Amino acid sequence: MKNLISMRDLNVEDIQQLLALAESLEKDPMQLDLSRRVMAAMFYEASTRTRMSFESAMKRLKGEVVAMIGTSGTSVEKGETLADTSKIMARYSDIIVMRHPLEGAARYVSEQVDIPVVNAGDGANQHPTQSLLDLYTIKKSQGSLENLKLALIGDLKYGRTVHSLVYALAPFKPEFYFVAPDSLRMPAYIVNDLKNMGVNFKLRENLDDIVPDLDIMYVTRIQRERFPDREEYEKVKNAFIISSQTLEGAKDNMKVMHPLPRVNEITTDVDSTKYAYYFDQAENGVYMRQAILATLLGEAK
Amino acid sequence: MKVLKVDPIKNGTVIDHIPAGLAQRVLATLKPRVSDIVMMGMNFSSKVMGQKDIIKIEGRELTQNEVNSIALIAPEAKVSIIRDLKVAQKSKVEIPELIEGLVACGNAKCITNGEPMQTKFRLINAGKRELACQYCERVFNADELKHL
Repeated sequence: MKNLISMRDLNVEDIQQLLALAESLEKDPMQLDLSRRVMAAMFYEASTRTRMSFESAMKRLKGEVVAMIGTSGTSVEKGETLADTSKIMARYSDIIVMRHPLEGAARYVSEQVDIPVVNAGDGANQHPTQSLLDLYTIKKSQGSLENLKLALIGDLKYGRTVHSLVYALAPFKPEFYFVAPDSLRMPAYIVNDLKNMGVNFKLRENLDDIVPDLDIMYVTRIQRERFPDREEYEKVKNAFIISSQTLEGAKDNMKVMHPLPRVNEITTDVDSTKYAYYFDQAENGVYMRQAILATLLGEAK
Repeated sequence: MKVLKVDPIKNGTVIDHIPAGLAQRVLATLKPRVSDIVMMGMNFSSKVMGQKDIIKIEGRELTQNEVNSIALIAPEAKVSIIRDLKVAQKSKVEIPELIEGLVACGNAKCITNGEPMQTKFRLINAGKRELACQYCERVFNADELKHL
Protein backbone atom coordinates (compact mmCIF):
# COMPACT_ATOMS: atom_id res chain seq x y z
CA MET A 1 0.00 0.00 0.00
CA LYS A 2 1.65 3.21 -1.15
CA ASN A 3 -1.23 5.64 -0.73
CA LEU A 4 -4.72 5.61 0.74
CA ILE A 5 -6.96 7.31 -1.79
CA SER A 6 -10.10 5.22 -2.17
CA MET A 7 -11.66 2.20 -0.47
CA ARG A 8 -11.82 0.68 -3.96
CA ASP A 9 -8.02 0.30 -3.90
CA LEU A 10 -8.02 -1.87 -0.77
CA ASN A 11 -8.46 -5.61 -0.64
CA VAL A 12 -9.70 -7.56 2.37
CA GLU A 13 -6.15 -8.34 3.52
CA ASP A 14 -5.16 -4.66 3.49
CA ILE A 15 -8.21 -3.91 5.62
CA GLN A 16 -7.52 -6.77 8.03
CA GLN A 17 -3.93 -5.62 8.47
CA LEU A 18 -4.97 -2.07 9.28
CA LEU A 19 -7.61 -3.30 11.73
CA ALA A 20 -5.05 -5.48 13.49
CA LEU A 21 -2.50 -2.70 13.70
CA ALA A 22 -5.07 -0.21 15.03
CA GLU A 23 -6.03 -2.70 17.70
CA SER A 24 -2.43 -3.30 18.66
CA LEU A 25 -1.68 0.45 18.75
CA GLU A 26 -4.67 1.07 20.98
CA LYS A 27 -3.28 -1.46 23.46
CA ASP A 28 0.33 -0.37 23.20
CA PRO A 29 0.86 3.07 21.64
CA MET A 30 4.56 3.10 22.60
CA GLN A 31 5.46 0.27 20.20
CA LEU A 32 6.01 2.73 17.34
CA ASP A 33 8.11 5.85 17.19
CA LEU A 34 7.51 8.30 14.36
CA SER A 35 9.84 10.95 15.77
CA ARG A 36 11.61 12.95 13.04
CA ARG A 37 8.79 12.07 10.65
CA VAL A 38 6.68 14.99 9.46
CA MET A 39 3.06 14.86 8.34
CA ALA A 40 1.82 17.68 6.11
CA ALA A 41 -1.87 18.42 6.54
CA MET A 42 -3.13 20.07 3.33
CA PHE A 43 -6.67 21.10 4.12
CA TYR A 44 -8.25 23.11 1.33
CA GLU A 45 -11.46 23.24 3.29
CA ALA A 46 -12.19 23.29 6.98
CA SER A 47 -12.58 20.04 8.88
CA THR A 48 -11.80 20.32 12.54
CA ARG A 49 -12.41 16.75 13.53
CA THR A 50 -10.64 14.88 10.77
CA ARG A 51 -7.62 17.18 10.89
CA MET A 52 -7.29 17.13 14.67
CA SER A 53 -7.75 13.38 14.72
CA PHE A 54 -4.84 13.02 12.26
CA GLU A 55 -2.69 15.49 14.20
CA SER A 56 -3.41 13.67 17.42
CA ALA A 57 -2.59 10.33 15.78
CA MET A 58 0.75 11.63 14.49
CA LYS A 59 1.71 13.41 17.71
CA ARG A 60 0.84 10.48 19.96
CA LEU A 61 3.40 8.51 17.92
CA LYS A 62 5.90 11.35 18.52
CA GLY A 63 5.69 12.59 14.93
CA GLU A 64 5.55 16.20 13.84
CA VAL A 65 2.86 18.04 11.92
CA VAL A 66 2.93 21.01 9.55
CA ALA A 67 -0.44 22.26 8.41
CA MET A 68 -2.14 24.35 5.80
CA ILE A 69 -5.68 25.04 6.98
CA GLY A 70 -7.88 26.66 4.41
CA THR A 71 -6.43 28.56 1.47
CA SER A 72 -6.75 32.11 2.72
CA GLY A 73 -3.38 33.84 2.89
CA THR A 74 -1.59 30.97 1.14
CA SER A 75 0.07 30.70 -2.26
CA VAL A 76 -3.08 28.89 -3.44
CA GLU A 77 -4.87 32.23 -3.30
CA LYS A 78 -2.19 33.70 -5.53
CA GLY A 79 -3.10 31.10 -8.14
CA GLU A 80 -0.62 28.32 -7.46
CA THR A 81 -1.66 25.00 -8.98
CA LEU A 82 -2.45 21.99 -6.81
CA ALA A 83 0.46 20.17 -8.47
CA ASP A 84 2.95 22.86 -7.42
CA THR A 85 1.62 23.21 -3.88
CA SER A 86 1.79 19.47 -3.32
CA LYS A 87 5.29 19.15 -4.80
CA ILE A 88 6.49 21.75 -2.34
CA MET A 89 4.68 20.09 0.57
CA ALA A 90 6.43 16.88 -0.42
CA ARG A 91 9.80 18.63 0.12
CA TYR A 92 8.72 19.67 3.60
CA SER A 93 7.28 16.39 4.83
CA ASP A 94 7.24 12.59 4.72
CA ILE A 95 3.51 12.07 4.19
CA ILE A 96 0.64 14.23 2.94
CA VAL A 97 -2.84 14.12 4.43
CA MET A 98 -5.22 16.14 2.34
CA ARG A 99 -8.80 17.30 2.07
CA HIS A 100 -10.04 19.10 -1.01
CA PRO A 101 -13.48 20.14 -2.24
CA LEU A 102 -12.91 18.69 -5.72
CA GLU A 103 -13.34 14.97 -6.37
CA GLY A 104 -10.21 13.10 -7.33
CA ALA A 105 -7.85 15.75 -5.91
CA ALA A 106 -6.01 13.27 -3.67
CA ARG A 107 -5.49 10.82 -6.57
CA TYR A 108 -4.03 13.64 -8.64
CA VAL A 109 -1.68 14.72 -5.86
CA SER A 110 -0.55 11.11 -5.39
CA GLU A 111 0.58 11.16 -9.04
CA GLN A 112 2.56 14.36 -8.50
CA VAL A 113 4.62 13.43 -5.45
CA ASP A 114 6.87 10.57 -4.36
CA ILE A 115 5.73 10.49 -0.74
CA PRO A 116 2.55 8.72 0.46
CA VAL A 117 -0.76 10.55 0.20
CA VAL A 118 -3.80 10.00 2.41
CA ASN A 119 -7.19 11.17 1.20
CA ALA A 120 -8.98 12.85 4.09
CA GLY A 121 -12.02 13.61 1.94
CA ASP A 122 -12.34 14.70 -1.70
CA GLY A 123 -15.71 16.38 -2.17
CA ALA A 124 -18.55 13.89 -2.37
CA ASN A 125 -16.25 11.10 -3.55
CA GLN A 126 -14.25 9.24 -0.90
CA HIS A 127 -13.30 9.47 2.75
CA PRO A 128 -11.52 6.16 3.28
CA THR A 129 -10.12 6.86 6.74
CA GLN A 130 -13.68 7.39 7.99
CA SER A 131 -14.75 4.06 6.47
CA LEU A 132 -11.79 2.31 8.07
CA LEU A 133 -12.39 3.79 11.49
CA ASP A 134 -16.03 2.77 11.18
CA LEU A 135 -14.97 -0.79 10.41
CA TYR A 136 -12.60 -0.75 13.36
CA THR A 137 -15.37 0.56 15.62
CA ILE A 138 -17.81 -2.11 14.47
CA LYS A 139 -15.23 -4.85 14.93
CA LYS A 140 -14.17 -3.60 18.34
CA SER A 141 -17.74 -3.37 19.61
CA GLN A 142 -18.97 -6.67 18.15
CA GLY A 143 -15.80 -8.75 18.26
CA SER A 144 -16.07 -9.54 14.54
CA LEU A 145 -17.19 -8.06 11.25
CA GLU A 146 -18.91 -11.23 10.08
CA ASN A 147 -22.67 -11.77 9.83
CA LEU A 148 -23.78 -8.53 11.48
CA LYS A 149 -27.19 -6.90 11.22
CA LEU A 150 -26.89 -3.18 10.64
CA ALA A 151 -29.40 -0.41 10.15
CA LEU A 152 -28.15 2.62 8.25
CA ILE A 153 -30.43 5.51 9.09
CA GLY A 154 -31.00 8.99 7.72
CA ASP A 155 -29.68 10.53 4.52
CA LEU A 156 -28.62 7.51 2.50
CA LYS A 157 -28.76 9.33 -0.81
CA TYR A 158 -26.01 11.90 -0.33
CA GLY A 159 -24.18 10.34 2.59
CA ARG A 160 -20.68 9.53 1.35
CA THR A 161 -19.86 7.83 4.65
CA VAL A 162 -22.63 5.26 4.40
CA HIS A 163 -21.90 4.58 0.75
CA SER A 164 -18.32 3.56 1.38
CA LEU A 165 -19.32 1.70 4.54
CA VAL A 166 -21.67 -0.65 2.69
CA TYR A 167 -18.93 -1.52 0.19
CA ALA A 168 -16.37 -1.95 2.96
CA LEU A 169 -18.66 -4.35 4.84
CA ALA A 170 -19.93 -6.25 1.81
CA PRO A 171 -17.28 -9.03 1.98
CA PHE A 172 -18.26 -9.85 5.58
CA LYS A 173 -21.79 -11.16 4.90
CA PRO A 174 -23.75 -8.33 6.52
CA GLU A 175 -27.53 -7.90 6.62
CA PHE A 176 -28.51 -4.30 6.05
CA TYR A 177 -31.64 -2.31 6.73
CA PHE A 178 -31.57 0.93 4.79
CA VAL A 179 -33.86 3.24 6.72
CA ALA A 180 -34.50 6.54 4.94
CA PRO A 181 -37.32 8.79 3.76
CA ASP A 182 -38.33 8.05 0.21
CA SER A 183 -36.55 11.11 -1.18
CA LEU A 184 -33.23 10.20 0.49
CA ARG A 185 -33.08 6.49 -0.31
CA MET A 186 -29.89 4.58 -1.08
CA PRO A 187 -29.01 5.33 -4.73
CA ALA A 188 -30.07 2.73 -7.29
CA TYR A 189 -26.52 2.06 -8.51
CA ILE A 190 -25.46 1.00 -5.01
CA VAL A 191 -28.58 -1.12 -4.51
CA ASN A 192 -27.82 -2.84 -7.84
CA ASP A 193 -24.18 -3.38 -6.92
CA LEU A 194 -25.23 -5.01 -3.65
CA LYS A 195 -27.69 -7.29 -5.46
CA ASN A 196 -24.91 -8.35 -7.82
CA MET A 197 -22.62 -9.04 -4.87
CA GLY A 198 -25.33 -11.11 -3.19
CA VAL A 199 -25.53 -8.83 -0.15
CA ASN A 200 -28.74 -9.02 1.91
CA PHE A 201 -30.60 -5.78 2.48
CA LYS A 202 -34.08 -4.42 3.11
CA LEU A 203 -35.37 -0.92 2.39
CA ARG A 204 -37.44 0.69 5.14
CA GLU A 205 -39.00 4.06 5.80
CA ASN A 206 -38.97 3.72 9.58
CA LEU A 207 -37.41 1.72 12.40
CA ASP A 208 -40.63 -0.12 13.41
CA ASP A 209 -39.97 -3.66 14.65
CA ILE A 210 -36.35 -3.84 13.58
CA VAL A 211 -34.57 -2.44 16.67
CA PRO A 212 -34.46 -5.79 18.59
CA ASP A 213 -32.83 -7.37 15.56
CA LEU A 214 -29.84 -5.06 15.26
CA ASP A 215 -26.16 -5.19 16.18
CA ILE A 216 -25.38 -1.71 14.87
CA MET A 217 -27.42 1.42 14.24
CA TYR A 218 -25.47 3.82 12.05
CA VAL A 219 -27.20 7.20 12.20
CA THR A 220 -26.53 10.10 9.84
CA ARG A 221 -27.83 13.63 9.77
CA ILE A 222 -30.72 14.63 7.54
CA GLN A 223 -30.02 18.10 6.23
CA ARG A 224 -32.98 20.38 5.73
CA GLU A 225 -31.41 21.77 2.54
CA ARG A 226 -31.88 18.38 0.90
CA PHE A 227 -35.65 18.78 0.90
CA PRO A 228 -37.55 20.74 -1.73
CA ASP A 229 -39.85 22.26 0.89
CA ARG A 230 -39.94 22.67 4.61
CA GLU A 231 -43.24 20.86 5.01
CA GLU A 232 -41.86 17.65 3.62
CA TYR A 233 -38.84 17.91 5.91
CA GLU A 234 -41.02 18.44 8.99
CA LYS A 235 -43.11 15.41 8.01
CA VAL A 236 -40.23 12.96 7.94
CA LYS A 237 -37.64 14.29 10.35
CA ASN A 238 -39.14 12.83 13.54
CA ALA A 239 -39.14 9.31 12.16
CA PHE A 240 -35.36 9.50 12.09
CA ILE A 241 -34.66 10.84 15.56
CA ILE A 242 -33.17 8.27 17.92
CA SER A 243 -33.99 8.64 21.62
CA SER A 244 -33.54 6.26 24.53
CA GLN A 245 -37.17 5.26 23.91
CA THR A 246 -36.39 4.21 20.36
CA LEU A 247 -33.79 1.84 21.74
CA GLU A 248 -36.14 -0.11 24.02
CA GLY A 249 -35.87 -3.81 23.36
CA ALA A 250 -32.45 -3.54 21.72
CA LYS A 251 -29.93 -6.37 22.19
CA ASP A 252 -27.24 -5.86 24.85
CA ASN A 253 -24.46 -5.74 22.28
CA MET A 254 -26.25 -3.18 20.09
CA LYS A 255 -24.29 0.04 19.50
CA VAL A 256 -25.33 3.38 18.05
CA MET A 257 -22.78 5.00 15.75
CA HIS A 258 -22.71 8.42 14.11
CA PRO A 259 -19.90 10.07 12.08
CA LEU A 260 -20.63 13.34 13.97
CA PRO A 261 -21.35 16.19 14.23
CA ARG A 262 -24.89 15.33 15.30
CA VAL A 263 -27.55 17.97 15.51
CA ASN A 264 -30.76 16.49 16.84
CA GLU A 265 -30.94 13.06 15.22
CA ILE A 266 -29.67 11.38 18.41
CA THR A 267 -31.13 12.95 21.54
CA THR A 268 -28.71 13.55 24.42
CA ASP A 269 -30.52 11.08 26.69
CA VAL A 270 -29.01 8.32 24.54
CA ASP A 271 -25.49 9.42 25.55
CA SER A 272 -25.73 7.82 28.99
CA THR A 273 -27.09 4.48 27.74
CA LYS A 274 -24.88 1.48 27.10
CA TYR A 275 -25.81 1.74 23.43
CA ALA A 276 -24.10 5.09 22.81
CA TYR A 277 -20.86 4.50 20.95
CA TYR A 278 -20.31 7.61 18.81
CA PHE A 279 -17.73 9.19 21.10
CA ASP A 280 -15.79 5.92 21.21
CA GLN A 281 -16.06 5.92 17.44
CA ALA A 282 -14.36 9.34 17.28
CA GLU A 283 -11.59 8.09 19.58
CA ASN A 284 -11.14 4.98 17.44
CA GLY A 285 -10.38 7.34 14.58
CA VAL A 286 -7.07 8.19 16.24
CA TYR A 287 -5.98 4.52 16.46
CA MET A 288 -7.01 3.79 12.90
CA ARG A 289 -5.23 6.90 11.61
CA GLN A 290 -2.12 5.90 13.53
CA ALA A 291 -2.27 2.53 11.82
CA ILE A 292 -2.66 4.20 8.42
CA LEU A 293 0.18 6.70 8.96
CA ALA A 294 2.54 4.04 10.30
CA THR A 295 1.75 1.62 7.47
CA LEU A 296 2.25 4.20 4.71
CA LEU A 297 5.45 5.50 6.34
CA GLY A 298 6.79 1.95 6.31
CA GLU A 299 7.00 1.85 10.09
CA ALA A 300 4.39 -0.84 10.76
CA LYS A 301 5.91 -3.91 12.34
CA MET B 1 -18.42 -1.52 -63.01
CA LYS B 2 -18.56 -0.27 -59.44
CA VAL B 3 -19.30 3.44 -59.34
CA LEU B 4 -17.84 5.25 -56.40
CA LYS B 5 -19.93 8.10 -54.98
CA VAL B 6 -16.84 9.54 -53.30
CA ASP B 7 -13.54 9.85 -55.12
CA PRO B 8 -10.79 7.46 -54.07
CA ILE B 9 -7.86 9.03 -52.25
CA LYS B 10 -4.20 8.53 -53.02
CA ASN B 11 -2.76 8.90 -49.57
CA GLY B 12 -4.63 9.34 -46.33
CA THR B 13 -7.32 7.75 -44.20
CA VAL B 14 -10.74 6.25 -44.88
CA ILE B 15 -13.17 5.86 -42.03
CA ASP B 16 -15.92 3.50 -43.13
CA HIS B 17 -18.94 1.93 -41.43
CA ILE B 18 -19.75 4.97 -39.34
CA PRO B 19 -23.37 4.61 -38.16
CA ALA B 20 -25.55 6.90 -40.31
CA GLY B 21 -25.76 10.39 -38.90
CA LEU B 22 -22.56 10.30 -36.86
CA ALA B 23 -20.05 11.44 -39.51
CA GLN B 24 -20.20 15.07 -38.45
CA ARG B 25 -19.43 14.19 -34.84
CA VAL B 26 -16.59 11.91 -35.87
CA LEU B 27 -15.14 14.62 -38.08
CA ALA B 28 -15.47 17.23 -35.34
CA THR B 29 -13.28 15.18 -33.00
CA LEU B 30 -10.60 14.90 -35.69
CA LYS B 31 -10.38 18.69 -35.97
CA PRO B 32 -9.53 18.88 -39.68
CA ARG B 33 -6.61 21.15 -40.55
CA VAL B 34 -6.66 23.62 -43.39
CA SER B 35 -4.34 21.32 -45.37
CA ASP B 36 -6.66 18.30 -45.06
CA ILE B 37 -8.89 17.55 -48.00
CA VAL B 38 -11.97 15.96 -46.50
CA MET B 39 -14.84 14.12 -48.17
CA MET B 40 -17.82 13.16 -46.13
CA GLY B 41 -20.60 10.88 -47.31
CA MET B 42 -23.77 10.41 -45.37
CA ASN B 43 -26.55 7.82 -45.48
CA PHE B 44 -24.93 5.56 -48.03
CA SER B 45 -26.57 2.17 -48.36
CA SER B 46 -24.73 -0.65 -46.63
CA LYS B 47 -25.37 -4.39 -46.75
CA VAL B 48 -24.39 -4.80 -43.13
CA MET B 49 -25.65 -1.60 -41.59
CA GLY B 50 -28.57 -0.58 -43.80
CA GLN B 51 -27.21 2.94 -43.96
CA LYS B 52 -23.79 4.27 -43.12
CA ASP B 53 -21.59 7.34 -43.22
CA ILE B 54 -18.07 7.50 -44.59
CA ILE B 55 -15.21 9.97 -44.28
CA LYS B 56 -12.10 10.21 -46.43
CA ILE B 57 -9.19 12.43 -45.54
CA GLU B 58 -6.60 13.03 -48.22
CA GLY B 59 -3.06 13.61 -47.05
CA ARG B 60 -3.41 12.66 -43.40
CA GLU B 61 -2.84 9.38 -41.58
CA LEU B 62 -4.69 9.22 -38.29
CA THR B 63 -2.69 8.54 -35.15
CA GLN B 64 -3.66 5.84 -32.66
CA ASN B 65 -5.05 8.49 -30.30
CA GLU B 66 -7.23 9.90 -33.08
CA VAL B 67 -8.48 6.42 -33.96
CA ASN B 68 -9.33 5.94 -30.27
CA SER B 69 -11.38 9.10 -30.22
CA ILE B 70 -13.45 7.69 -33.09
CA ALA B 71 -14.04 4.53 -31.08
CA LEU B 72 -15.76 6.50 -28.36
CA ILE B 73 -18.35 7.77 -30.88
CA ALA B 74 -18.60 5.02 -33.45
CA PRO B 75 -17.17 1.74 -32.15
CA GLU B 76 -18.35 -0.07 -35.31
CA ALA B 77 -16.24 2.10 -37.63
CA LYS B 78 -13.38 0.72 -39.69
CA VAL B 79 -10.27 2.76 -40.36
CA SER B 80 -8.06 2.20 -43.38
CA ILE B 81 -4.78 3.94 -44.02
CA ILE B 82 -4.30 4.47 -47.75
CA ARG B 83 -0.85 4.77 -49.34
CA ASP B 84 -0.47 5.17 -53.08
CA LEU B 85 -4.13 4.22 -53.70
CA LYS B 86 -3.75 0.93 -51.82
CA VAL B 87 -4.97 -0.04 -48.38
CA ALA B 88 -1.77 -0.16 -46.36
CA GLN B 89 -3.38 -0.88 -43.03
CA LYS B 90 -6.92 -1.74 -42.03
CA SER B 91 -8.14 -1.75 -38.48
CA LYS B 92 -11.33 -1.94 -36.48
CA VAL B 93 -11.47 0.82 -33.97
CA GLU B 94 -11.39 -0.24 -30.37
CA ILE B 95 -11.84 1.72 -27.17
CA PRO B 96 -8.51 1.38 -25.32
CA GLU B 97 -8.33 0.38 -21.65
CA LEU B 98 -6.99 3.81 -20.73
CA ILE B 99 -8.25 6.95 -22.47
CA GLU B 100 -6.00 9.92 -21.81
CA GLY B 101 -6.71 13.53 -22.64
CA LEU B 102 -9.47 12.78 -25.15
CA VAL B 103 -12.67 13.67 -23.33
CA ALA B 104 -13.60 16.02 -20.50
CA CYS B 105 -15.06 14.63 -17.28
CA GLY B 106 -18.79 15.25 -17.03
CA ASN B 107 -18.59 15.90 -13.30
CA ALA B 108 -18.26 19.64 -12.72
CA LYS B 109 -16.75 18.94 -9.29
CA CYS B 110 -14.03 16.66 -10.68
CA ILE B 111 -10.46 17.83 -10.12
CA THR B 112 -9.80 17.53 -13.87
CA ASN B 113 -12.19 20.44 -14.38
CA GLY B 114 -10.44 22.54 -11.74
CA GLU B 115 -6.73 22.11 -12.45
CA PRO B 116 -4.63 22.34 -15.63
CA MET B 117 -4.22 18.59 -16.11
CA GLN B 118 -5.01 15.71 -18.44
CA THR B 119 -8.14 13.61 -18.00
CA LYS B 120 -7.85 9.84 -17.65
CA PHE B 121 -10.66 7.35 -18.06
CA ARG B 122 -10.64 3.60 -17.69
CA LEU B 123 -12.86 1.45 -19.88
CA ILE B 124 -15.11 -0.55 -17.58
CA ASN B 125 -17.64 -1.98 -20.04
CA ALA B 126 -16.77 -2.04 -23.74
CA GLY B 127 -20.25 -3.22 -24.84
CA LYS B 128 -22.05 -0.44 -23.02
CA ARG B 129 -19.18 1.99 -23.74
CA GLU B 130 -18.92 2.88 -20.05
CA LEU B 131 -15.89 4.77 -18.79
CA ALA B 132 -14.87 5.59 -15.24
CA CYS B 133 -12.97 8.77 -14.46
CA GLN B 134 -9.65 7.83 -12.83
CA TYR B 135 -9.96 10.80 -10.51
CA CYS B 136 -13.53 11.35 -9.33
CA GLU B 137 -14.40 7.65 -9.95
CA ARG B 138 -17.73 8.46 -11.62
CA VAL B 139 -18.94 6.25 -14.42
CA PHE B 140 -20.17 7.74 -17.69
CA ASN B 141 -21.45 6.51 -21.00
CA ALA B 142 -19.12 7.66 -23.81
CA ASP B 143 -21.97 9.74 -25.29
CA GLU B 144 -22.12 11.84 -22.13
CA LEU B 145 -18.52 13.01 -22.44
CA LYS B 146 -17.46 16.06 -24.41
CA HIS B 147 -14.44 15.62 -26.68
CA LEU B 148 -11.50 17.91 -25.92
